[in-house]
Amino acid sequence: MSKDEHREGIKGMANPTRYGIERVAYWLMRLSGLGLLAYFVGHIYETSNILRGQVGWNEFLELTQTTEGHLVLAIVIAMCVFHTVNGIRVMLGHGGIGVGKPARPDYPYEPASQNYRHKIGIYSAILLAAIAMMYGLAVMFGE
Amino acid sequence: MAQVSSISNEQTSPTSKLITLRISRFNPEHDESSGFMEFSVSYEKWTTVLEAILDVKKHHDHSVGVRYSCRQATCGSCGMIINGKPRLACFTKISELNSDVVTVEPMNNFPIIRDLAVKFEKLFDTHQKIKPYLIRDDTEIESNEKEFLQSPEEVEQYIQFANCIKCGLCNSACPTMATDSSFVGPQALAQAYRYVADSRDKGKDSRLKIIDDSHGIWRCHFAGSCSQVCPKGVDPAMGIQLLRGYMLGFRS
Ligand code: HEM
Ligand code: SF4
Ligand code: FES
Repeated sequence: MSKDEHREGIKGMANPTRYGIERVAYWLMRLSGLGLLAYFVGHIYETSNILRGQVGWNEFLELTQTTEGHLVLAIVIAMCVFHTVNGIRVMLGHGGIGVGKPARPDYPYEPASQNYRHKIGIYSAILLAAIAMMYGLAVMFGE
Repeated sequence: MAQVSSISNEQTSPTSKLITLRISRFNPEHDESSGFMEFSVSYEKWTTVLEAILDVKKHHDHSVGVRYSCRQATCGSCGMIINGKPRLACFTKISELNSDVVTVEPMNNFPIIRDLAVKFEKLFDTHQKIKPYLIRDDTEIESNEKEFLQSPEEVEQYIQFANCIKCGLCNSACPTMATDSSFVGPQALAQAYRYVADSRDKGKDSRLKIIDDSHGIWRCHFAGSCSQVCPKGVDPAMGIQLLRGYMLGFRS
């Protein structure tokens, strides 16, 4: 990518502040997707510790019993829930479902694709993720 | 490069107020990087950002590079970043920005010609790439009917997308455009939908083939920023998802 093209770059792509909740959802979807991928790789590594026998397995599991471990798992729960719920919304949208019908637009040109159905989908994904995370925290710290 | 100057505006009226207009200056031929020049400009409730820029050109610095023509949101040449978002300068009133400082910069994701003017070659190329005309074997002249009839309902299917003025604001707001220089972009994809949805057109298959590309429609993540900045209510995000609906078999 050459400087001459004057592209906004990753900084602009990842800036969720300018274009409404839909752009926030886009940003959270990427972040949670990459976060889950990182967790998935870590998870494979973690479970491979079984090869070191019961002692190695237990040693590694202790990592998740620390405060930091609990917090990381809580974030993973939130990422999981948001990514799944918003993923279903995005897949429906990509199939042209719930994105509104073409119609002669009138000023001030509220775009029909940025409608309440998708907004509700995004807010519920965030809300469900927060609830699941809090439930997870309550279980993990409430032991 | 910062510079503050006040414009002695002979028409200053009792209702006019002042803003600071910050204009991004950059000439790729001899500047290393861009800088801002600041001007104090008086405005009325109805003054547009374009008028303020033209005021600066007229009374203070005629070298400010800006492109415009119609001054009525029709030609699509005055797109720029105004207070952080892509907008048409002629269609944005200073009063609606609710800010004492108005910052104007060239649109993102387009090469800069000078200051606020950007190159549109790529935009027009991708627009042409999707074959923006009716494709069919017969022509109006040969056919028995004088024109290809359409019902009002059939017109509704595409007329929204025919409002596109090729201003490029959507391509400037798009997060995929921000990093992928080969992406066909929301403007062209919305136009692909405009012709695919036209009952007179028979070129659906060839058009879908063009956008079914590694830098084509699949790069859209439905962030919707294109639709939020479109000044004509085109809603490219809707057109793209409906188009993808055809391609994925969700719609026929
Ligand atoms: C039921 C579970 C899941 C659903 C419904 C789902 C759905 C989706 C969808 C629809 C996208 C595309 C989003 C877009 O177009 O912007 C996506 C992206 C992605 N997903 Fe998932 N996903 C799920 C689980 C996972 C898991 C378990 C992982 C990690 C191992 C993962 C990693 C990713 C990554 C890395 C991306 C790319 C992010 C991006 O480029 O924006 N997903 N997912
Ligand atoms: S779709 Fe809207 S924002 Fe994009 S070029 Fe056309 S008129 Fe401009
Ligand atoms: S000058 Fe024509 S669109 Fe603004």
